[in-house]
Parts: sequence; C-alpha cells; structure tokens
Amino acid sequence: MNTATLKPVTVGTELALAMLGDMVRIRRFEERCADLYGQQKIRGFLHLYIGEEAVAAGAIRALGPEDAIVATYREHGLALVRGISANAIMAEMYGKQEGCSRGRGGSMHIFDAARRFYGGNAIVGGGLPLAVGLALADRMQGKRRVTAAFFGEGAVAEGAFHESLNLAVLWCLPVAFFCENNLYAMGTALERSESQIDLCAKAAAFRVPTLKVDGMDAVAAYEAATQAAEHVRNARGAFFVEFQTYRYRAHSMFDPDLYRDKGEIEAWKKRGPIHNLSNRLKAEGKLTEERFLAIDAEAQREVEKAVAFAEAGTWEPLEDLTRDVHTEDAP
Amino acid sequence: MKMTYREAMRQALHDALADDPRVFLMGEDVGKYGGSYAVSKGFFEEFGPDRIRDTPLSELGFVGAGIGAALGGMRPIVEIMTVNFSLLALDQIVNTAALYRHMSGGQFSVPVVIRMATGAGRQLAAQHSHSLENWYAHVPGLTVLAPATIDDARGMLGPALQDPDPVVIFEHALLYNFEGELSEAWRNVDIRSAKVLRPGREVTLLAYGGTVWKALVAADLLAAEGIDAEVVDLRVLRPLDDATIMASVRRTRRAVVVDEGWRTGSLAGEIMARIMEQAFYDLDAPVARVCSEEVPIPYAKHLEDAALPQPAKIVASAKALLAKG
Repeated sequence: MNTATLKPVTVGTELALAMLGDMVRIRRFEERCADLYGQQKIRGFLHLYIGEEAVAAGAIRALGPEDAIVATYREHGLALVRGISANAIMAEMYGKQEGCSRGRGGSMHIFDAARRFYGGNAIVGGGLPLAVGLALADRMQGKRRVTAAFFGEGAVAEGAFHESLNLAVLWCLPVAFFCENNLYAMGTALERSESQIDLCAKAAAFRVPTLKVDGMDAVAAYEAATQAAEHVRNARGAFFVEFQTYRYRAHSMFDPDLYRDKGEIEAWKKRGPIHNLSNRLKAEGKLTEERFLAIDAEAQREVEKAVAFAEAGTWEPLEDLTRDVHTEDAP
Repeated sequence: MKMTYREAMRQALHDALADDPRVFLMGEDVGKYGGSYAVSKGFFEEFGPDRIRDTPLSELGFVGAGIGAALGGMRPIVEIMTVNFSLLALDQIVNTAALYRHMSGGQFSVPVVIRMATGAGRQLAAQHSHSLENWYAHVPGLTVLAPATIDDARGMLGPALQDPDPVVIFEHALLYNFEGELSEAWRNVDIRSAKVLRPGREVTLLAYGGTVWKALVAADLLAAEGIDAEVVDLRVLRPLDDATIMASVRRTRRAVVVDEGWRTGSLAGEIMARIMEQAFYDLDAPVARVCSEEVPIPYAKHLEDAALPQPAKIVASAKALLAKG
C-alpha cells in the first residue's frame, strides 16, 4: 500500500498561536451560531464543526492564497480560516444580502471567488468531481496550484469519490483529497456503512499516496496538509489525507443524537483540539493563561461584531429574486 | 453546400477547438475511437490527447470535472454518449452547474457545454431510446438546445460556447446521417429563438429535434389534402421562445405540439399550457399533442414505430382540429 510517512514540519510559535486563534474563533463563532439558531435568527440546516477545528486550522493554513478550496456543508470553520470575514459569513447565515453569497446560500453554501472558496456543497461527494475539474483547468493552463477537496468519510460511499480519485490519479491532477473522518455519516457509523473502514486502504486502491493523521491535533493536521500540498504542487499528482476527528455536536440542529454513546463523546472531548494545543504551548512556555484569555476575548469580540453586522444587514430586494440565474448579458 | 448533420457538427467543433485554446472536448470514446457517432473523427490526431480527452465510463466524474474546469477558466465541451447515460451525471448538471451562479450570489458562472445524443428510432430498446430533454428544460440556470437543422448543427455551438452559463445540447441520433443544405444563415444562428421552418395558415405544428422532420413530412401530407400547415422548430427548449410560438398560433389559430418525450409531464404539456395562458382567445380549437406512448420504447420495429410520434399521427391530429364541428 502506498502509505506515505508523515514528515514533521517546523511549526514556529507564531504559527502555532495563529492556529490556536483560528480554532478559538471557530469555536466561539459556532457556539454563537447555535445560540442564534435557538433564537431563530439562523434558520434552515446548520451543521456545526465544533470538535473538528484542528483540521481547518491546520489544513487551510498549509495552503496558499492561489490554491482552491472545495468544501462541504460543514464549512464555516474552513471559510473563517480561509479569511472570509466573520461578518460576511454571519450575514449569510442571517440570509442578508451583505452575506458572502448575498443570502442565497445560507450556512451550507459559503462562497468567495476572491479567496477561491468554491463552496459550500451540500450534496455529499458533490464537490469532488468539481475539484478534479478545477485541477484539470490548472493543469491545462500550466498553473501551479493546489485544489483542496474537503469531504467527510460519508462521501467515500458515493460513486463521486471513486470516480474522482480515479480521474485525478489517472490524469495526474493537482488535487489534495482531505477526508475529515468524524466517524458518522449523519447517524450512521462508518463500520455500519462500509465494508472497508480503513479509508486510506480504500484510497490506495487508486494508487494515490495516503496519510492518516490525528485530526484533533492542529500541528499534525498542518504537517500532513503541508506534505500533501507540496506533493501536489510539485506536479507529482494527487494526495489523500485522512484526518481522524470527531464532532461534539449533533449532525445538524435537527438531529437528536441518539446513535452514539455519551461516553464516546466525552472521551473525544478529552482530546479536544483547543486545549490539546493550548496545553502544549503552555507547557512549552509559549503561552500564558492571560494570553489565552486575550485570544478568547478577541474571538468573542469578533463574533459579536459579526452578529451586529448581520443584524444591521439588509434583505435583498424581491426584484432581485431571479437575478443571477443566468449571467445578465448572456447572448 | 450539402452536408450531413454529423459533418456540420464536426465542423462546428473543429472551429471551436481551432479558435480558442480554452476549448477542449471530453467524453467517452471521443478520442482514439473517433466519437461514438464519429463526430470527432480525426480530432485526436489533430489536437492531441489533452484537448480530445478520452474519459473512463464515469459520467458523474467527468461531467463534474468539466463543470470544475469551466469554473477554473477553461471552455470544456463535455460529450455524454447519450441522454440515457446522462442520468448518471444528473447530480452534477442539476446540483452544481445549474445552481452555482445563483447560489453563490452571482460569484461563479459555469461556462460548460454538455452535448449528448438523444432519442429513439433505431431499435436500440428501452435503455437506449430515451428523450428526456424536458428533465433538463425544467431546470433554471440551464440553457437547453435541440439543433434539428444543418444550419443549427453548424451554428449553435459557437454561441453556446460564448454563453457564460451552462448549455446542454441535444443531438437526435437519427439526425447524424441526415443530409441537407448549409446556408450562409448558419453564421447568425442564435440560441434564444424558435424558427418558422415552413409557413402556413391553418394549423401550427410545433416540434423539436428529431420530430421536426416528421412534422415537415406531415405538413407535406397535409398539403396534399389541401391543408396549409406551418411548422415551427422550437430549437431552444429553455428558455422557450413564447413570442414566436404565440405569433404563429395566433395566425393559424390551431396548434399541434409534437414531442418524442412521454406525454405525462412533457415539454408538450408545458407548451400547451403557455398557449392556454397567452393565446387562449385566439384559438379555434383545443391545442393537441402527439407524444410518445407511455411505454418503455420496445425493440421490435413495428412496436417501436407505434410508440413514437409519426407523420400519420401528426396528420390525424391536425385534421381533427380542422374538422368542422
């Protein structure tokens, strides 16, 4: 099997603190989202990333601004780390036209062309062929860029996963396949839905190099994603990373979460990505409690600012309902 | 100049590939094999395997890849061998290509052209004889074309590639060997309007794709019986050109819609509804339609013929409208 060995990367204090900051921002942002959902400010589906923050912090920071990101409906964290403002994301969740998708997409459809953030795809596996195509375009245009395709372990049951891996490897395309394995496809555990639960083994059937990494550890996630991105950027073809992670919250706000043991959730919480990294930094003398509290306070300020921005936002006029179904000046 | 529909389509593709380095053709057997309908014969040798890209039997994957490549700055032409197999790619066409522009607040457009053969009439049996144009024409965000003439086969691809949004082109498989005159008008072909192919005064036959020629045959038969029928080629199935349809129906005051799709939920039904909405008081008779029978298309020739719209059925339908009650 074509299993790569994780190459340690030097992660300086500044980067480590930045990743810690990312994770705290995501956590505070999403906790507030859950609260706003209760107040019916945010409607529709809302899929929280809480528990999985290390993947976003590590993987997105391993990419450059020229690289593309294709994400799923659980993408707030990825979008925040990518640099889409909390204001624009929160306004989107409110359905306001100041939102990053003008309020047409909501929580599941975060888009940002300037940051090459291609959604926000709410069909499981639906973003994977798209990522292959973006990479194909880069390849044909001689652009040395990475397309990072994020997807959950549920997507590996879809034909789109197999078709996309095959095309990407067959055509030697610059795609980094980033699988966020949180063990449950909605309420169905991996071992209840897949004959082969070793996702790297499954991917390796397509002759793609693979890495399995602790997705609760931002530094490890960063190392793995860096290795994948370098491989891909150096025109050596696709790469597959399995980030082993866990979501603390239910699948969505509609999910009563009856399919897993409370003890299991608690056990994973002990490996929480935020205190995992903050404790390590404290032990190394690189972080004080005061500094941590300041990071947290700053994140909460940012979130409250975003809420105020969304509250003050405006509704897209009804006359615009059919705008952008087609490009207006099409032939 | 006389040429086949296949040759017209081939020239259109050749122009597109020669004129714009962003254009490439991708699909099953488009390359080394030369295209399952021989439309891209010789292209592999001329343009190379990068731009004439053979794909695995992986419709969802390669159609999605075409959509992604369009987002990434290319102008892909994705060939799906037939509409029957396009069902495996429906998710990418409907959930991605058609939605991305609106769902992203106008940030992304998907300038992809998806071509596929469609239709029955060659005894290929139920799984290779679908006419599902209406499935695609149902979806906002897509433009759906059905070139039926040599001019349109030659001329529609250019504007389709110019369109910044996804365009689906249906090529009726029976038309590839059809031979006709290519007129200079092909250079000004648009992808927004319907066209009166044969003017007439007493009844309008509205048809698209493979049924256009059946409607023209029917019009000849009707003429032999002293009935002057107008034939409108719908050409563009989404958006429908209401103005041309209504202008014709108001003139003739009678209409028969001919559609190779099944009757229930058909495009014919949509067109009839629009005529009711917009031209009801100009009608002298209820609008009629000739569709495929509601059965899977059978293999045996006599059964297949009976299942599909035929000139005789169109003639009978038109005459019934003209019968003085």
